[in-house]
Amino acid sequence: MHLDLSADQIQIRDAVRALCQGEFAAHAAEWDQKDDIPRWAVDKLAEMGLLGMSIPEAWGGLGYDLRTTTMVIEEIARVSGALAILFAVHNSVGAYPIYEFGTDEQRKRWLPKLTTTDMGVFSLSEPGSGSDAAALSATAVRAGDDYVLNGSKNWVTNGVHAATFLVFARTGGPGPKGVSAFVLERGMKGLSIGKCEDKMGLRGSHTVTLMMDDLRVPASHLLGKENEGMKVALGSLEKGRIGVAAQALGVMRAAFEAAVKYSQERQAFGAPIAKIQAIQFKLAEMERRVQAAKLLIQRAAWLKDRGKPCGREASMAKLYTTEAATWVTHQAIQVHGGYGYVKEYAVERYYRDVRVMEIYEGTSEIQRLVIARSMLRDGVTV
Amino acid sequence: MSETLTEHTGVSFELSEEAQSVREMVRDFAEAEIRPIAAHIDETHEFPAENTKKMAELGLLGMFVPEQYGGAGMTYLSYVVAIEELSRVCASHGVIASVNNSLVCYPLMAYANEAQKQKYLTPLAKGELLGAYCLTEPNAGSNAANQQTTAVLDGDHYVLNGSKIFITNAGPADILITYAATDKSLGPKGISAFIVEASTPGVRKGKKERKLGIHASDTREIHYENARIPKENLFGEFNKGYTVALATLGGGRIGIAAQALGIAQASVEAAVKYANEREQFDKKIGEFDAIRHMLADSAVELEVARLFVYQAAWLRDQDRPYIKEASLAKWHASEAATKCANWAIQVHGGYGYLNEFHVERYWRDARICEIYEGTTEVQKMVVAAQVLREHAVRA
Repeated sequence: MHLDLSADQIQIRDAVRALCQGEFAAHAAEWDQKDDIPRWAVDKLAEMGLLGMSIPEAWGGLGYDLRTTTMVIEEIARVSGALAILFAVHNSVGAYPIYEFGTDEQRKRWLPKLTTTDMGVFSLSEPGSGSDAAALSATAVRAGDDYVLNGSKNWVTNGVHAATFLVFARTGGPGPKGVSAFVLERGMKGLSIGKCEDKMGLRGSHTVTLMMDDLRVPASHLLGKENEGMKVALGSLEKGRIGVAAQALGVMRAAFEAAVKYSQERQAFGAPIAKIQAIQFKLAEMERRVQAAKLLIQRAAWLKDRGKPCGREASMAKLYTTEAATWVTHQAIQVHGGYGYVKEYAVERYYRDVRVMEIYEGTSEIQRLVIARSMLRDGVTV
Repeated sequence: MSETLTEHTGVSFELSEEAQSVREMVRDFAEAEIRPIAAHIDETHEFPAENTKKMAELGLLGMFVPEQYGGAGMTYLSYVVAIEELSRVCASHGVIASVNNSLVCYPLMAYANEAQKQKYLTPLAKGELLGAYCLTEPNAGSNAANQQTTAVLDGDHYVLNGSKIFITNAGPADILITYAATDKSLGPKGISAFIVEASTPGVRKGKKERKLGIHASDTREIHYENARIPKENLFGEFNKGYTVALATLGGGRIGIAAQALGIAQASVEAAVKYANEREQFDKKIGEFDAIRHMLADSAVELEVARLFVYQAAWLRDQDRPYIKEASLAKWHASEAATKCANWAIQVHGGYGYLNEFHVERYWRDARICEIYEGTTEVQKMVVAAQVLREHAVRA
């Protein structure tokens, strides 16, 4: 047992914190209101090398482990949940699968840019298949040296800034064993990007639909083996879930910190409201959730970093943290009273931002299913 | 997560070999010696004297006390693993050991002088003597500083008068760590701590209390009626007893949290087992989402409880501040135990309400963990105070 961060982890976290507080914090509300994160914000992350943070150094990245990556996601989410999701998607499911499942040739083709300037995104969901992802209906038909893709995808985060799209389509029979993964590039003929969804929260993260209309893609863009695409999709699942948990933790911490600060400033009945036990207990409840989430995330990431099975732990981290984030942001508004309901204070944005985290990368209901199945199969041994 | 710089490469949740072998050893003991009597002593309210001796032989009553004072010389983390494993089978055994370790051995280890350690700590750590902790009074519960028991110096003795209530291990206890006001006008700064031999004339034990749970733990009142305690049995500094009490409770909370963790673990194990066996509507009930959601939620509660408990113990082993983390552990683990036991009953349906299936015992045993050694509300006060200190807005 050892719970200290390493010097290296503290260094990068502090550097990211300085960037976020110094460059992004002042703009986060505006990004939310305009529903647009400008390219310069992504470029700032790229300048620090963060786009390649989890890609091994041999392939142009920084080679950080998941425990460290989650801390960076958390720091970004403390100022902007929307920017954090662009970053997390790129890292966990945009770029990393190309390293993990790609051939050296594919790595050489995409990783140099994905570690330095370009962002990658992930596209599995369709209008008719969400939690039941393996029921997807987009098709990819082999035609000589190419595949021809048809179908539509939705809930694609980061549609505006993305350069590559990791897309899943059916190459075989029904079910999970007929799905393949492809890397598409922006500008390919037959690939069109719909307009941004008008969302409740995470505004600025550019959630789009993708349309593939007789899109011809060379077979060299097939990632992993034909009909083994669900391996690619599921391989990044745990990282994705731990990443979403880290994002939820970041927003929840921001809400908690805002509430603690406000409670010491706001006067009522002749004293700061922090003197009132009802308020104090809310703060204590928030702290409990923040600290619990931190431990769950670090434990799941530690298992993943050691190459151990961590499906149950990743789901527990995601389930707990996202539900806790909803609770904490809700209570942060409560501590602020009426001021919490107006946009002058950030807590209403935090509240809107976290709501989707109980939904994407597997709903809370799916996480409970994953956890319970694993308990029934493997028991609850210590 | 701690900010301290180290040579290590980030966090690790791997338990030490020592803690792992303690888990194995205590689990074997609990399965072989405790499991067969756990339901019986719950029914009869009988104190497990034989097993307490066996726990002593295994070193479980003075786990983190240095070997030179008769203890096992282990880490606090190993200690909480032991309490967890005992409580997984019988929470009464867990609290019997926890009180002797956390509340009796610890304050002597930290505050007693060499002669007091030789005379009392050594036999207590070896389990040759059993201890109890006498702080709570009828009007000094959460507000423990409101001590009405008095100790007045008379020649070479202090004369103690007053009553203590809710004293765990009271019946079998040989040694009573007792707090009393040595200067009432000074409030919390006028309290001192004493080592009281239970055989002292004027010390009287009340009748055994009838409780909701932890039936096999012996709880009584202790009355001091002109009990004359040798002057040299005051330990720590004169009038500084409340410092001893607070320092002791900080660690004690981790012990109780570990007890709750063990109960939660047992509850979740039972629920999973039953969900895999019981069939309704032609399928295992574990195939229904309604059941699966209870299992999943209990798994998360259990996991957080374990992480909090081990974190607090680890911090303590590192000699770092751990007060907030101990309170978080105690608060969360005790609620987790109640919830997990409750869900376990629900998964069992009507069978869960019968004592044949044990989960109703887990539920009754769990409930006290939210109360003793600081109620959940006291833990929230501790956490909130720390939060406001850590995040103080500078004027």
